[in-house]
Amino acid sequence: MDKINLKIYRKDPSVDEKEHYDTFEVPYVDGMVVLDAVRYVEENLDTTLAIRWNCKAAKCGSCSAEINGFPRLMCKTRIDKVGFNITVNPMGAFPLIKDLVTDVTGNWDILRKIPPFTPKELGPDQHFSMKQEDVERSKEFRQCIECFLCQDVCHVVREHYTDYFGPRHIVKAASLDMHPMDTIDRSTFLNKEGGLGYCNITKCCQEVCPEHIVITDNAIIQEKERAVDLTYDPLAMLIKGRRKKEKRVV
Amino acid sequence: MVEAYKTNECDVLIIGAGGAGMRAALAASDAGLKVIVVTKSLLGKAHTVMAEGGIAASLGNVDPDDNWTVHFADVIEEGVYISNWRMAELVAKEAPNRVFELEKFGALFDRTPDGRILQRAFGGHTYRRLCHVGDRTGLEIIRTLQDQIIHRKNVTVMDEMYITKLVLADGRVSGAIGLKMDRGEFNLFKARAVVMATGGCGRVFKVTSNSWESTGDGIGLAFNAGAVLQDMEMIQFHPTGMVYPPGVKGLLVTEGVRGEGGILYNNQKERYMERYSPKKKELDARDVVARANYAEIQAGRGTEHGGVYLDISYKGAEFVKQKLPSMYHQFMEFAGIDITKEMMEVAPTVHYQMGGIRVDPDTGATNIPGLFAAGEVACGLHGANRLGGNSLADILVFGKIVGEGATKFATSENMPGFDEQEINAEIERVKGLVHPDGLNAYKLIDELTTAMSDNVGIVRDQEHLEIALKKILELKEKYPRVSAPGGLKYNHGLLAALELGNMLIATEAIVRSAIMRPESRGAHTRRDYPKKNPEWLKNIICSKDGDGMKFDTVPVPEIPEELKKYVKPEVY
Repeated sequence: MDKINLKIYRKDPSVDEKEHYDTFEVPYVDGMVVLDAVRYVEENLDTTLAIRWNCKAAKCGSCSAEINGFPRLMCKTRIDKVGFNITVNPMGAFPLIKDLVTDVTGNWDILRKIPPFTPKELGPDQHFSMKQEDVERSKEFRQCIECFLCQDVCHVVREHYTDYFGPRHIVKAASLDMHPMDTIDRSTFLNKEGGLGYCNITKCCQEVCPEHIVITDNAIIQEKERAVDLTYDPLAMLIKGRRKKEKRVV
Repeated sequence: MVEAYKTNECDVLIIGAGGAGMRAALAASDAGLKVIVVTKSLLGKAHTVMAEGGIAASLGNVDPDDNWTVHFADVIEEGVYISNWRMAELVAKEAPNRVFELEKFGALFDRTPDGRILQRAFGGHTYRRLCHVGDRTGLEIIRTLQDQIIHRKNVTVMDEMYITKLVLADGRVSGAIGLKMDRGEFNLFKARAVVMATGGCGRVFKVTSNSWESTGDGIGLAFNAGAVLQDMEMIQFHPTGMVYPPGVKGLLVTEGVRGEGGILYNNQKERYMERYSPKKKELDARDVVARANYAEIQAGRGTEHGGVYLDISYKGAEFVKQKLPSMYHQFMEFAGIDITKEMMEVAPTVHYQMGGIRVDPDTGATNIPGLFAAGEVACGLHGANRLGGNSLADILVFGKIVGEGATKFATSENMPGFDEQEINAEIERVKGLVHPDGLNAYKLIDELTTAMSDNVGIVRDQEHLEIALKKILELKEKYPRVSAPGGLKYNHGLLAALELGNMLIATEAIVRSAIMRPESRGAHTRRDYPKKNPEWLKNIICSKDGDGMKFDTVPVPEIPEELKKYVKPEVY
């Protein structure tokens, strides 16, 4: 039977000064994913290993980690795709809690700042009427499972300590901006409060997205263009000024 | 000195942050109460996220003849007449309002050509009734509710908080004790009312579609506090779970596949559902299709990996990718199968507990003052078989009702007292599990779940139920010797030890109730009692009796005349 050579990052910052790696030998089963191997360790070899997982179906976005240096969902990464020598690290962009578990709750603070869905007023018995093609525009961004791998890989979030919200949150704002019934435009807000300008379009975020959301091209660049359009382009402002404003800018 | 625990006070404590818990939180928040929501996982990760096919609500957008009376009748008939009629009435009437409300909160559903909410067919529903967002309806619902929650000033969410005990005082629930996993810190919650919204117990089986969380924690906590459980023998097997590769065995294949036209075949290329259910075929209720799949596999007409075939490829790649995008990716990435070209291999997987905590339909109140329950952990709506899409309707309709029920109770009652000794004793109990010299809880969990999957399956009999019970009792005996090395902080070994206690309660209730019901009804099929029996048109209830369990039966509440006319009479 094949064996997996699994090297796992270990540290409890409240106790340990330095991290170390433990290496485990895990039996391979056909079709196995990295989470299966890590859970094998946790259940059979070292029950003190801290991991976070939940659905094991790539639907909840809990088991994010860096597998051989690449941000991935452990539950969605097949062993036969990454090889039998595997190193698993926690996400580097977030404060460490223990071993593979990081503190991602800072993301809720950012989400709280983004102006919520602000729909058109409707009478009490009235319902929204929307076209499927209009719904489709927002749908891509709503596939986000909040695994925060895009935040993890983003070098602005990770290394520069700016106030950039990060890719996940631009996608969130875009999902609201593209809602057919929403009445506000968040691009200027993202530029002023969310550090949108810091993104220099290296497109790493869309490369790691397990939901295949084209984050940079479809969300970030769109928001950037609208922000620039609304803020700096005198010609566009002139034309827009004559046109009826569709959305309130926040 | 470091305090032994942190104290948190609120009007309503909600345990669980899935759809039911979050909707309950909104109701209490609307009334201006201080709400704390605690969850075992992170906010937005609850099992609701796994719901795929849609939410049942009789909008009649696609089939104009649909209305609440038809939905009501579908629930009663497919639940094989042991559902609580009032809960069925409430869900049938209120589900459309909850769907429209979600839409006003910002959820985006797929549309009909004239711009209304699109509805798809699902097993056991007379009309096309499931409002959906492709095959990721649960994600849309959870994200929408989460957006509401995080913008509420009077709602605090404390995630990765594992509740270990409900605290009682003066004959009522007064709060709970929990372990904040990411800090290894104990927390006491003082609350005027407590809502259980912890979901189900699918993970007491080896092969299940359920998330890590679904270990029956709410069942265990409420049972230990003295709450009455009901219909615990009714475990739903979803007809279609993945079978290969082994790592994803049990993972859900949405009923939406069959709703969109998916056809089941055996290895003879026979569309066998024509034999088992000539009229409804693949879209009969889940218990019927699951039994058919099981029977085909048992008869040796299964696939290489012990399943049956499910085909949607004939619909064309574009259709499949638009209607069932996550199924397409799921099979592509986990199994290397392109479902737009090849057939899927599927087999039944444990999916849902119809039973749970017995509640009052109009308030969600349990038999213990101050304790409320809603969603999968509560019982009554689905009877002996749940229809697809009714759990999302359940969590929203009864999430709101329980939130309002708890609000009413909380505003009329004072903050209860506390027994310091009880709190310290519980903290000592949990701490006492942390040492390296005991049994590994994971090993015991493995034995328990294997015994459940091997012996308490789709088709049951006395002999196998007794084997399962023997195993459960043997593990119960061993349970005091369980321990976990390490510390209190983010220690899954410790969590497993705590969960196992709840899993043992849930499994004992399931198996003893299953032994007690000598008939076949809905999801409960007995090889030794293959017929439905009119004498068993009743509910089995179960509650704590010293260190053991006591069981009894209660009659199913009689449907009032004005509603009876909508329901086909039961045939034996």
